[in-house]
Amino acid sequence: MAKIQVEDLTKVFGKRPSRAIKLLEQGKSKDEILEETGCTVGVNRTSFSVEAGEIFVIMGLSGSGKSTLVRLLNRLIDPTEGSVWVDGDDLARMDDKGLRKIRREKMSMVFQQFGLFPFRTILDNVAYGLEIQGLEEEEKKKKADEALQLVGLGGYGNMYPDELSGGMQQRVGLARALAADTDILLMDEAFSALDPLIRKEMQDELLELQGRMKKTIVFITHDLDEALRLGDRITIMKDGRIVQIGTPEDILQHPADDYVAKFVEDVDRSKVFTAEAVMKRPEVLTIDKDGPRVALQRMKKEGISSLYVTNKDRTLLGIVHADEVSDLVEQGSEDIRSVLHEDVPTVQKDTVVKEMIELLTYKNTPVAVIDEENKIVGIVVRGSVMALLSGKEVSAVE
Amino acid sequence: MSNITPLPLADWIDAFVEWLTQAEFIFGPLTDFIGYLISGFEWFFGIFPPWLLLLIMVGLTFWFAGRKIGLTVFVLLGLLLIWNLGYWEDMVLTLAIVLTAGVISIVIGVPMGIWMSRSSAVEGAIKPVLDFMQTMPAFVYLIPAVAFFGIGMVPGVVASVIFAMPPTIRFTNLGIRQVPTEIIEASEAFGSTGNQKLFKVQLPMAKTTIMAGINQTIMLALSMVVIASMIGADGLGTAVYFAVGRNDVGGGFEAGLAIVIVAIILDRLTQGIGASKRK
Ligand SMILES: Nc1ncnc2c1ncn2[C@@H]1O[C@H](COP(=O)(O)OP(=O)(O)OP(=O)(O)O)[C@@H](O)[C@H]1O
Ligand SMILES: [Mg+2]
Repeated sequence: MAKIQVEDLTKVFGKRPSRAIKLLEQGKSKDEILEETGCTVGVNRTSFSVEAGEIFVIMGLSGSGKSTLVRLLNRLIDPTEGSVWVDGDDLARMDDKGLRKIRREKMSMVFQQFGLFPFRTILDNVAYGLEIQGLEEEEKKKKADEALQLVGLGGYGNMYPDELSGGMQQRVGLARALAADTDILLMDEAFSALDPLIRKEMQDELLELQGRMKKTIVFITHDLDEALRLGDRITIMKDGRIVQIGTPEDILQHPADDYVAKFVEDVDRSKVFTAEAVMKRPEVLTIDKDGPRVALQRMKKEGISSLYVTNKDRTLLGIVHADEVSDLVEQGSEDIRSVLHEDVPTVQKDTVVKEMIELLTYKNTPVAVIDEENKIVGIVVRGSVMALLSGKEVSAVE
Repeated sequence: MSNITPLPLADWIDAFVEWLTQAEFIFGPLTDFIGYLISGFEWFFGIFPPWLLLLIMVGLTFWFAGRKIGLTVFVLLGLLLIWNLGYWEDMVLTLAIVLTAGVISIVIGVPMGIWMSRSSAVEGAIKPVLDFMQTMPAFVYLIPAVAFFGIGMVPGVVASVIFAMPPTIRFTNLGIRQVPTEIIEASEAFGSTGNQKLFKVQLPMAKTTIMAGINQTIMLALSMVVIASMIGADGLGTAVYFAVGRNDVGGGFEAGLAIVIVAIILDRLTQGIGASKRK
């Protein structure tokens, strides 16, 4: 069961939404509807589901309906049509009491403009959710303090929001949501006010936290790099509609339309794609089975100048080079081990391309991709990395 | 116009008031209650000898109105002057009336303001009534006050309440409506109940604005004391009223000055409490 399930969700702001809905169904655009009815389409018939433990990123230009969508998820805004299920419960069917319970125990939110309480100290701001949950004073203080530490504001508990910088206030908002310790975090541009350094730190913190706690996170951002870094899946919105949902690689490789393509054209692909996406099936030499002659013939056939050498179970042992192997053949020796170089460049499947570039330029050999047991699963050659960075389709392991 | 019969508006209202005055079971206890409040304040102020009360008032202004030395000295001299001129008793009576009117206005006005802030329909219904209450000449309120509550301190307080309460209602409504949406949403997003939202977020956020309304209410109540003295509400107002009757310019001025001094003290005190920093 999906953690959050959204079906045909629509929000129209304005006096007579029913007319706007009719026009939407006729396929009229947001602008046309605004002109005809004076109603603003916030979110237009979106459906998706967010799985437990996932970071689900929502992207889109200003006014595309991201904040509206996220507010529909905890019903801060009532939908005009459609439904939202959280853990299988229909939010629309819930009475106030049920809704409050969900908000207390299941989902907390970080606000775009922070939404801090100016008359409360930082610590009391962070403790707000816990206070509403009805925690004891001691426990409340302790948890709030932990959350503050987590966002790097441990010493600021006794200050007031207006005594902090924008970025610090934003982190207080984050701490307030984290302190509530709910399964689901709704984060509306939660890092937008942070400087690049702290922003990266917070992203790392979030990923680390996610690794430990397995929350379900709906994360809104304007920043594609951030989306690609954090998102397990990314949704691109335009005029209240979802244009595309997919993994970061999906979105980069197969943009659904020109709008998405424009969105992603300037992205640093080397930070997104991993070894797995560019590696080829490796030609290898199996030691104790294949001799130097086989090696030479295999290299000739593939048109390559070196070959990785493995055990029978494909455990990587090293690499041999064509010139040295042919010397071996001339000498009439069968001893491949004597020309085996054990010092080879290796990466894991999930290493990003950016971190491989140096390895690729440094030595003129392909980089070996290995798994946790040191078995070779692929090789990466310069050519495929070039192709990828220039935006061409790369075929994965053939 | 002369051949059109005028509407018997006055007759209708007389009849209505006549009917209302029969409701002794309401106005009897109400009169008693307001009377108790006034004597409560009087009794409280009477506990202290004048010099001590004077020092307490000076201390309060110093403490709440920003610890300004100049203001404190002014208050000290002003109160000494009132004492010296022999208006101390009258001042205590006036304070009792004003504070009673203030308390009643707050107890009724703040909840009304909250109610108004929660529904645009209620706001739409109450606003014209408030406008009416404020534009009607204050003098007119004396008539129903006398009709229902007779002569004395109580009708004085009632007239003051009607005249002075609107700002408290308006500012409470305004203060709550002015709270930024995202702050309200933040409190809702964590699962607050309506009451939690009200007491933990809306009222604290609106506090400064509400206090500005209460300040105006107190000032308006004080401005009623001379008018209310016509129906027997004793105090500084009576001194002015009598001085006018006797064409006693000097005496009138003295009593008027005493009112001004009280006004400044009450103004600074209520403003100071409103602005008092968090914690
Ligand atoms: N309370 C409201 N009343 C009327 N229209 C609204 C309201 N809130 C949002 N809208 C409209 O809905 C649309 C989507 O707004 P929304 O705030 O969801 O955009 P966003 O994607 O979050 O933008 P940003 O990136 O600037 O935060 C906009 O056209 C906006 O004008
Ligand atoms: Mg937004």
